[in-house]
Amino acid sequence: MKLEMQVRKRQGDFELDLEFCVEGERVGLFGPSGSGKSTAASLLAGLVRPDQGLIRLDGETLFDSARRISLPPERRGVGVVFQHAHLFPHLSVRGNLLYGWKRTPAHLRRIELESLCDVLDIGALLDRGVNSLSGGERQRVAMGRAVLASPRLLLMDEPLTGLDETLRHQIISYLGRIGREFSIPMLLISHSLLEMRLMTDSVLELASGRLQSTTTPEELARRRLGSNRAGYINLLRLDSPLEEDGLWRYRWGDRELVMTAGKAGDGEALVELSSKDITLFKRHPEASSARNMISCRVKSLFEIGSRVGVELDCGGEVLIGQVVRAAARELDIAPGREIVAVIKASAFRKLV
Amino acid sequence: MPNLNPQDYQAIWLSFQVATCATLLSVPLGFAMAYFLAFSRIPGKSLIDGLINLPLVLPPVVVGYLLLLGFGDRGFFAPLLRALDLRIIFTMKGAVLASMVVGFPLLVRALRIGMEEIDPRLILASRSLGARWWDCLLSVIVPLSLRPLLAGMTLMFARSLGEFGATIILAGNIPGLTQTIPLAIYDYTNTPGGDSMALTLCLVSIVLSLLVLLVSDRLALRVRKGVTR
Repeated sequence: MKLEMQVRKRQGDFELDLEFCVEGERVGLFGPSGSGKSTAASLLAGLVRPDQGLIRLDGETLFDSARRISLPPERRGVGVVFQHAHLFPHLSVRGNLLYGWKRTPAHLRRIELESLCDVLDIGALLDRGVNSLSGGERQRVAMGRAVLASPRLLLMDEPLTGLDETLRHQIISYLGRIGREFSIPMLLISHSLLEMRLMTDSVLELASGRLQSTTTPEELARRRLGSNRAGYINLLRLDSPLEEDGLWRYRWGDRELVMTAGKAGDGEALVELSSKDITLFKRHPEASSARNMISCRVKSLFEIGSRVGVELDCGGEVLIGQVVRAAARELDIAPGREIVAVIKASAFRKLV
Repeated sequence: MPNLNPQDYQAIWLSFQVATCATLLSVPLGFAMAYFLAFSRIPGKSLIDGLINLPLVLPPVVVGYLLLLGFGDRGFFAPLLRALDLRIIFTMKGAVLASMVVGFPLLVRALRIGMEEIDPRLILASRSLGARWWDCLLSVIVPLSLRPLLAGMTLMFARSLGEFGATIILAGNIPGLTQTIPLAIYDYTNTPGGDSMALTLCLVSIVLSLLVLLVSDRLALRVRKGVTR
């Protein structure tokens, strides 16, 4: 997917003035509320008209004020998933799912109802009315409805806001499956850094109606190391849990991590760990109350404000820690140096 | 209680015909007008809204008189009516027209409020899923407007059953031709010894109106069930 936007739109006191060109299959539009993300999305979907500018998707012009081109929403091939599912209340789940499918010319249909139902696990809901669905089911049906119209781009406007954490991760995994099974490019709009990191490869960062930067979710997360109180959040994918003395032992690459949170039998886990909860030692401390002492090699250093971020290579897996500048000097941290990262078992927060 | 005579039955049947015709004929225009008022964003909308609602606040006699001026033999529409070989005044068509004008604001108002409650994002969703505006109108807006439409039709039907002032001026009070229930009651109250007949027709009127409300409620329930399932 290649998206070019160069638009200006005034709405009351707010002015959106965007110019970017982005390529990728999983792109994020990131910014705090009021930064113009949703306006940008509406302009792209054709739900709102820019005052001036140009929008081009995969080489096709969707809007061009100079050439007086403005494709109506139904001809843009942009599927929209809203924050609240906005299912048609007078139609059944099947009726909702097939709404766009029926309106897509047969030769453009790439996805059929059966395969979609398999991917989203909604086969059992087909004949239900939409008002009896739970929040997660509604959002899945809304995603399915957009996907069945075989869009060129799936535009998701804060689709996970308002769902609880378990549901959020469930929907994220469904979205991943949609992306893999049907190879539909996605543009995710969200104010959540975690969602950006889990669901996108490149990020357009917006602030008060302007483009701040075009970056990667990883870069965005590292930049926050200096400003955010929580520091940098390491997202670790673990597997093979084992209970031992009331603690959980997970496999992480070729290492093992011990933590207080855990659950038997669920195999893979996604765990958060703040860079602030990692203590670095020059030599192995031999004995410590912390349950994790991981030998690793310093990969790189990056300075943000008064902090120094330390990228650690732990047998192929990456961990980001942080120290103050003086500590970095005293420990003589430099790329290539062997070091020990010490982490308490209680420092991990299990997401899934 | 005295029995109803054939003329009374005629009045009841005529009332029913007039109310039905007026309501059904108003639905397409009422729907279009409500759609326009609910979704368009052009200046001067409130003026149009005011004009439509005017018959609601004007004395019906005034409405009837203005209609008489417009549709009478020397009225503004007289050449058009002559060309179409149509006669409005002192006919049942006049009674229908009077009911239409007086009841129209009720229909539009109910429909418009209902349409304004439709979440605009549903319309956007429909458009982004490939529906053109007319497709969206038929597949989303009309089905979601059925309940307000029913409410508006009920109000209008009931209002037409009771229409008096505009009807008597435009269509007159001709038994068997334009005499509806209210006009018949008016006649009886002006006739010595007609009190009991007037009362009987009043009862008929009450029963009819109640029936309309009950039927409408039942229908609304079914529409709602259809919506939520």
